[in-house]
Amino acid sequence: MAGAGGGNSDVQWCFSQVKGAIDDDVAEADIISTVEFNHSGELLATGDKGGRVVIFQQEPESKNQPQCRGEYNVYSTFQSHEPEFDYLKSLEIEEKINKIRWLPQKNAAQFLLSTNDKTIKLWKISERDKRPEGYNLKEEDGRYRDLNTVTTLRVPVFRPMDLMVEASPRRVFSNAHTYHINSISVNSDCETYLSADDLRINLWNLEINDRSFNIVDIKPTNMEELTEVITAAEFHPNQCNTFVYSSSKGTIRLCDMRASALCDQHAKQFEEPEDPNNRSFFSEIISSISDVKFSHSGRYMMTRDYLSVKIWDLNMESRPVETYQVHEYLRSKLCSLYENDCIFDKFECCWNGNDSVVMTGSYNNFFRMFDRGYRQDVTLEASRENSKPRSVLKPRKVSTGGKRKKDEISVDSLDFNKKILHTAWHPLDNIIAVATTNNLYIFQEKLN
Amino acid sequence: MSGDNEETQRAEETSMEEKDVQDKVISPEKSEEAKLKSRYPNLGNKPGGSDLLRKRLQKGQKYFDSGDYNMAKAKIKNKQLPTAAPEKTEITGDHIPTPQDLAQRKPSLVASKLAG
Repeated sequence: MAGAGGGNSDVQWCFSQVKGAIDDDVAEADIISTVEFNHSGELLATGDKGGRVVIFQQEPESKNQPQCRGEYNVYSTFQSHEPEFDYLKSLEIEEKINKIRWLPQKNAAQFLLSTNDKTIKLWKISERDKRPEGYNLKEEDGRYRDLNTVTTLRVPVFRPMDLMVEASPRRVFSNAHTYHINSISVNSDCETYLSADDLRINLWNLEINDRSFNIVDIKPTNMEELTEVITAAEFHPNQCNTFVYSSSKGTIRLCDMRASALCDQHAKQFEEPEDPNNRSFFSEIISSISDVKFSHSGRYMMTRDYLSVKIWDLNMESRPVETYQVHEYLRSKLCSLYENDCIFDKFECCWNGNDSVVMTGSYNNFFRMFDRGYRQDVTLEASRENSKPRSVLKPRKVSTGGKRKKDEISVDSLDFNKKILHTAWHPLDNIIAVATTNNLYIFQEKLN
Repeated sequence: MSGDNEETQRAEETSMEEKDVQDKVISPEKSEEAKLKSRYPNLGNKPGGSDLLRKRLQKGQKYFDSGDYNMAKAKIKNKQLPTAAPEKTEITGDHIPTPQDLAQRKPSLVASKLAG
């Protein structure tokens, strides 16, 4: 059976690379917490629980191997955030990187925003491949010359050197969030960005770090009346006045910043009506939206809740236009998933470059792709067993009925500790990055 | 008269039978809910309500009072302060938390294994 792909139902996915340690003993710090391609797809950034960022760069395609696109190799790595303790509130602040978002490239340097629970940082990643040589007062190793030996003057010149990639923090945006930051999103105006925590959304100017504007505040006067929290937020890809935020109750609100300074009144509210007969203890928990992403076109948005992925047309608030079941077989396991807390896992989702296919993760290191046009879906696995170079990934299947076919895996055999929460799709090509707990897999489309 | 009573009685019985059939066809979600409630009878009916959300908002809270700690140290003098059982995540009440209970978080000085 063919895999799902960009408009062509014959796309097959091949293993390309895997990054990270092989051993099963995973240190907490190595848990990958975010994955993001930059706007050209040349750079791929990961953040982890230890507050570190690793950026990979795609090698240019070589003429020797036209059947595969360039590999991703380490370009830069740095410590973005460190653990902190807020003594006033008795609050431990994790260094875990919750999100990374790239800025569109404007000059030779690359910029990205990275955030933990409380602080957002703007990082500049720049290359240095020349250095000045021939100073008059200093030797090449930096020692000052004896002035008596200086008899002539020369002009220092730039000479080539081995490429050095430097990351430096250019802005630190702190002290604006009482609750835990779950999202950041760069505006299409390239001047502002938003940061969202459980109850508030703030608007920042990238140049100004000592103030931000609060644009959404859903904190009730009496905390006893709290019924929902903000789970994700994103700016529209080309309308700089529009953003959406999702909630733990399964609704998405679209706001227009032209309407008022404080966008507590939504312009649109997207919510699928629920059948009251089907309501159970778990209904609200599994309807909580863990991720919201606009399509590249800006016409649609996608939401991920515990069991499904939904595509919404921005022109229709009453219900999604498409719903894809990610792992419906888990509905009869909700009791144990509640007990082991897996029901609170926050899966992300992503679009391919032309919005024809969407992808999200599941358990047992499975991930799913849904081809919207061809109405096909496929389940693939990120595992070291399928890691021979350019080996084609075989579709996987979970058996739900009594009879388990060969090669199928039963629901009870799924490993719920192996979750794929973070995936990313190259903005232009069929190259995907899939993060297991502590490894990063890169898969590419099979090119003949 | 009695004929009417009989008819209403039969109608009630049929509707009760229908309800029995409906109850047997329970959605998987509802049967999971029944399982959960049988294990935790004290579970409230508002799962998404303020309790769960407030627990989520309070993530990261650690309690350490330097005053309590120093007074307890002064009282016990040379003896060691009792340390919390390893399973305890929240330190409240009579137990005096010590700096050892709040594991010091050192920044990761080791490079990420992804870059290896």
